[in-house]
Amino acid sequence: MSKGTNKASNALNELRDMDELANGDSPIHRLHPLVKFLVTIAYIYFVVSFSKYDITGLFIMLIYPVLIFSIANIKVSTCFYKLRLVLPLVLMVGIFNPIFEGRAGVVSMITLMMKGTFSLMASFIMVATTPIDGLCAALRKIHVPSILVTLLLLTYRYIGVLVREVAIMTDAYKLRAPKQKGIAINAWGSFLGQLLLRSMDKASELYNSMQLRAFKGEFFYASQRGLNCLDVIYLVACIGGFVAARFINLTETLGGLFV
Amino acid sequence: MIKFENVCFSYENGTQILKDLSFEISEGETVGLIGCNGAGKSTLMKVLLGLLPHEGIVKVSDLELNKNNLEEIRRKLGFVLQDSDNQMFMPTVYEDMMFGPLNYGHTKEEAEARVDEVLEQLNLTYLKHKYNHKISGGEKRMAAIATILTMRPKVILMDEPSTALDPENRRRVINAINDLNITKIIASHDLDMILDTCDRVILMHDGKIIADGKTEDILRDEKLLEANHMELPFKLQGLREFI
Ligand SMILES: Nc1ncnc2c1ncn2[C@@H]1O[C@H](COP(=O)(O)OP(=O)(O)OP(=O)(O)O)[C@@H](O)[C@H]1O
Ligand SMILES: [Mg+2]
Repeated sequence: MSKGTNKASNALNELRDMDELANGDSPIHRLHPLVKFLVTIAYIYFVVSFSKYDITGLFIMLIYPVLIFSIANIKVSTCFYKLRLVLPLVLMVGIFNPIFEGRAGVVSMITLMMKGTFSLMASFIMVATTPIDGLCAALRKIHVPSILVTLLLLTYRYIGVLVREVAIMTDAYKLRAPKQKGIAINAWGSFLGQLLLRSMDKASELYNSMQLRAFKGEFFYASQRGLNCLDVIYLVACIGGFVAARFINLTETLGGLFV
Repeated sequence: MIKFENVCFSYENGTQILKDLSFEISEGETVGLIGCNGAGKSTLMKVLLGLLPHEGIVKVSDLELNKNNLEEIRRKLGFVLQDSDNQMFMPTVYEDMMFGPLNYGHTKEEAEARVDEVLEQLNLTYLKHKYNHKISGGEKRMAAIATILTMRPKVILMDEPSTALDPENRRRVINAINDLNITKIIASHDLDMILDTCDRVILMHDGKIIADGKTEDILRDEKLLEANHMELPFKLQGLREFI
């Protein structure tokens, strides 16, 4: 993409790339969305519950995302590239630990960063292998209230609308202020106000259009198949693996074999 | 088929947009809704769809539009939005087209059969598995029409279906409209398109119906059009000397 294209339209393309990734095909893509959702939640739960000084234990948890990335045929680099804006925030989280805790703080800082990064990776895998509608359908299946699920769906769609409006508006602004870099501070207020109004307008049109096509908060159009054998195996294997990694000290056990 | 009796609509701030509209559209008619910017064409359509509240009586196939009948009425109506980007919210054309029928409770097989049928009817089969953001504006407009047709509406409403299209795609849309055998209501400034598609024209200005009659009669009436900030269709401009 040329340097001249604006950031917002790049961001939009990336969002759409996610849709395309999610529509891909691999054994992971074919798994039931519900199973992927549960495994992701479980993964994050177990990762977060590791003691803040247990670096080696945490390292073992890295096996899951790395393995799934390779089965799903998605490059780990894609993940980090897409998350490049969020990642620094996550890494910043533990930054004061060394100051407060001294040397132990360095370790806890590292584990905290690992926990954040791993959780992000796991969430990314889920989003990149499950169409948003599939996800919503899965949430409905476990009886998450339809209003919440619809909200999630609309938020996801709204981000797209918002980004599109930003792209259009920054282009329009630049054409009239060609010498300026970015948007002048004094224009920010009206720019944001306009943006909000315009994107709300578009979002309500979009919601109208869904309603006119009989959308009532149910996700009939996502895959309606039940769980199959593979789904169950995947679910049990993953959660079993997480439990083992969390409660059995694998490094010690493996080491013990050789003593 | 559609009946408006003394219908009014105002925004909360009190500005009245639709002023005492009464008209009737019978089954199978193709009606052009014309008028300058801000005349109230889109508003009228939204009222008919129950997206905006109204005063007066709106009837669709003898059912009065109210909360209880909303669903049944919407089922009879298909609305093609002015901005196809807002209409197409699923990643691919196929998924978008499946959305409506599946929500109506049809099985996946039934829905897919409808999708294929409509795509074939509109010569769009090549678009089926394309991503919505990777097709051209013209293709998107056609796809938007297709998503509505899969729901088999009794009446199709189109808001500015020919804007932002090149001549070839505009022609495609016009042909698609002419090939449809249902009641059609088309809001547009593109009077040439109206001339090519509609039997009847309703001319609106400032929320009121100024004229209602045969397309030929209204679109030839230069004085009437000019008084309402519009021009003769290009096709008829050449004939001026002969009138
Ligand atoms: N939220 C709102 N509050 C108050 N007035 C509004 C609002 N939205 C639209 N209007 C007014 O309603 C009037 C009718 O708008 P409408 O969109 O129906 O016109 P239109 O005939 O479709 O015009 P166009 O050809 O530009 O699409 C306009 O004068 C507009 O200013
Ligand atoms: Mg309009």
